[in-house]
Amino acid sequence: MNEYLPVAILMLIAGAVGAIMMFVGGLIRPKKYDKVKSSVYECGMPEFSDARKRYNVRFYIVALLFVLFDVEIVFLYPWAVAFGDIGLYGLVAMFLFLIILVIGFLYEWKKGALEWV
Amino acid sequence: MLLPIVFTIIKILIIVTVILLAVAYMTYAERKVIGAMQVRLGPTHTGPYGLLQPIADAVKLIAKEDLTPDMVDRPVFIIAPLLTMVPALAGFAVIPFADNFTMFGMEIKPYITDLNIGLLYVLAISSVGTYGVIMSGWASNSKYALLGSLRSSAQVLSYETAMGLSLVAPVLLAGSLSLREITLAQAGMWFVVPQIVAFVVYVIAAVAETNRAPFDLAEAETEIVAGFHVEYSSMKFALFFLGEYANMYLVSTIATVMFLGGWNGPLLPPLVWFVIKVLFIMFIFLWLRATLPRLRFDQLMSLGWKVLIPIALANLMITAIVVHIVR
Repeated sequence: MNEYLPVAILMLIAGAVGAIMMFVGGLIRPKKYDKVKSSVYECGMPEFSDARKRYNVRFYIVALLFVLFDVEIVFLYPWAVAFGDIGLYGLVAMFLFLIILVIGFLYEWKKGALEWV
Repeated sequence: MLLPIVFTIIKILIIVTVILLAVAYMTYAERKVIGAMQVRLGPTHTGPYGLLQPIADAVKLIAKEDLTPDMVDRPVFIIAPLLTMVPALAGFAVIPFADNFTMFGMEIKPYITDLNIGLLYVLAISSVGTYGVIMSGWASNSKYALLGSLRSSAQVLSYETAMGLSLVAPVLLAGSLSLREITLAQAGMWFVVPQIVAFVVYVIAAVAETNRAPFDLAEAETEIVAGFHVEYSSMKFALFFLGEYANMYLVSTIATVMFLGGWNGPLLPPLVWFVIKVLFIMFIFLWLRATLPRLRFDQLMSLGWKVLIPIALANLMITAIVVHIVR
């Protein structure tokens, strides 16, 4: 616990610095409301629709692939730390795992999941 | 019990101040270096050699009107810049800036804390910064902002995979996740020598992670004006900038610790070596920006998934075999 206390203090201080920077300037900066000025920027044209509409499904696929890969990478870190102790057994076990991972990766590649159309 | 906490707070304040100043002067260095590369002068008028330019910029940003458009999601809109900046600064908690030394009869530890999972902590905390970008894009309710934030998140997720894979190899050599122990393990030989492939993969992924040119598609001025921060003005905009530059420093320090031997080096004091190495990586960032044109989005994704990840994976497998044979 004691090791993590400084991290919490750092986050608090960083947050405080950011909040102070954001709000202290409010004392000196101008504040004049204007209907046109407060509209969303669209290259000077009146906005014609809400921005929150459907977007490309590709972004979801990237997110899915990321979840798969990142979990595997997190699994690699403890293995790398313990590598000196587990010897040949650890090497072979991790290689079996990595080979399965590579087969899955090649399958994704051939199926076109990595193509950005 | 109280004294160590006061000590820690002093250390944190020093480090935060130094980072903020370093960020301010990075913007100056960036203009000067890119100016020199393009046969221009860069800022010259504010102070001697334009040295007061960052201060003038800060004053201007503070005094500017802070616009919040009508259609935005207010709480999210305000939290988003903080959520980009705080993780970037928080990442520095585990960075060992120099070796332990004695001053005034006390042992001084030039790092905020030494977690035994230091590297994992940095990777985790730097991922949180992505939420700031996604939230700002969504809250702005602007088409440009939404497009920019979607692109940015897809890009950061793809390159984080390559980055994570490239960092496993030095961990394998050092046998520890504590950044201090990784630095100590490089006293004899910097890991950039056996791990040059991982180093190159890491630097490319780091440039993409921080949304810098040539991978700055999230804020491509020519197509989506400024991307996710198009609706931000004044200090909120400045916080995004601060977060981006602090993140650049963070990935540079990680590259220094993981590959370039941290504070290790002959003759000069450890801290000086550390700063030189960090500034060298920062210079590479500027150099790339001045040299390369922006990639297309499909080129960006195929570079990440089809080139960097296979290379990093192959490098990791070869490293594991070699380490096993040598031991």
